[in-house]
Amino acid sequence: MSVPLTLLGLLEREPSHGYDLKRDYDTYFGRGRPLPFGQVYATLGRLARDGKVVIDEVAPGDGPERKRYVITEGGATEVDTWLTEPVPAEPHLQTVLFSKVVLALMLDRPAAEYLDAQRAAHLQRMRELTEIRRSGDLVDAILADHGLFHLEADLRWIDMTSARLGALAAEVRS
Amino acid sequence: MTATSERYVIEARDVELSFGETPALRGASLSVVAGEILAIMGPSGSGKSTLLHCLAGILVPIAGEIHFDGRRVDTMSETQRSALRRDRFGFVFQFGQLVPELTAEENVALSLLLAGIRRDRALKEARPWFARMGLDGLERRRSGELSGGQAQRVALARGLVARPEILFADEPTGSLDSFTGEQVMDLLVASAREQGTTVIIVTHEPRVAACADREVIVRDGKATTLAADRVPS
Repeated sequence: MSVPLTLLGLLEREPSHGYDLKRDYDTYFGRGRPLPFGQVYATLGRLARDGKVVIDEVAPGDGPERKRYVITEGGATEVDTWLTEPVPAEPHLQTVLFSKVVLALMLDRPAAEYLDAQRAAHLQRMRELTEIRRSGDLVDAILADHGLFHLEADLRWIDMTSARLGALAAEVRS
Repeated sequence: MTATSERYVIEARDVELSFGETPALRGASLSVVAGEILAIMGPSGSGKSTLLHCLAGILVPIAGEIHFDGRRVDTMSETQRSALRRDRFGFVFQFGQLVPELTAEENVALSLLLAGIRRDRALKEARPWFARMGLDGLERRRSGELSGGQAQRVALARGLVARPEILFADEPTGSLDSFTGEQVMDLLVASAREQGTTVIIVTHEPRVAACADREVIVRDGKATTLAADRVPS
């Protein structure tokens, strides 16, 4: 999954310090794999270099200075594009889709529409693989089946998540 | 018939239906072009089977319209709808629903017999379907002597033998394992394409939906066509 885009998404919610971003990232997206501080600050440094975030406040602390980061218009556009565009339909996308759904709900964006767009992209790819399975030789068919079963698992997850968006929204916005 | 509907062979417009106090359809609309294979998906209880039954003239909506081939289906009498189902539609359900007292070939011939075709001719038309469905040699078996996959292929042949304009399939692979279900779907798609039959399939299985040209999702009694999944022109 994309750490820079997820941090940008968290910054769109509200300007934050690196420490708070790491805490929120670990809470919602880390799932037992916390983001190292070094990676947080390195990522924020690159985002600032690329004009996606700016530092609006520097406060002295006990250790290093505490910098507060604010998303720029360019950064917000990038988040919007990422959320809106379906991910190319390949197997094993759950973590990216999960991040998109949670961020979309945090930012009060139409998560259900994003899931529908993703659903359509998945089914289109499944149609292509179904055609390969039908018209190709056995090796092609077996390979296509592998993709089909994994995409089907994604689709089941999309259906389950669509049915529980209300409850999930209440949880991630609390 | 309006100009915009001329390209559609069947269409539901703002269809509503309740079972007692429980609303099943709340303004569902969908359109299907001739020769298209359309999948209707949606969560359990969303109204997808009810919508299929309204389109097929099995249920009559309390509001909205069903159009087939330029005629209003929802305002027809039961006798007219029954004739429509018999003469122009075919059906496949989740559990084959073969008549247990009849042989497999009599089951396939059933839709022809009901349409008034003589028994010898109906059986003659039924027999080639056994080779086409990979059922050679099973013509005289009764449904209790067939596997689930075989029975469903007999049911599919029965649904298609009269060359219906529309085949309505409600979870046609729901009772089968993945491999057998795939075989049934491949046969369904190939036969429908060959005959030019329009197919409307209700399914909760993405792999079945992927055999269709397009899908609509029914949620809370309303049908949604996905943005990337538009009606073909």
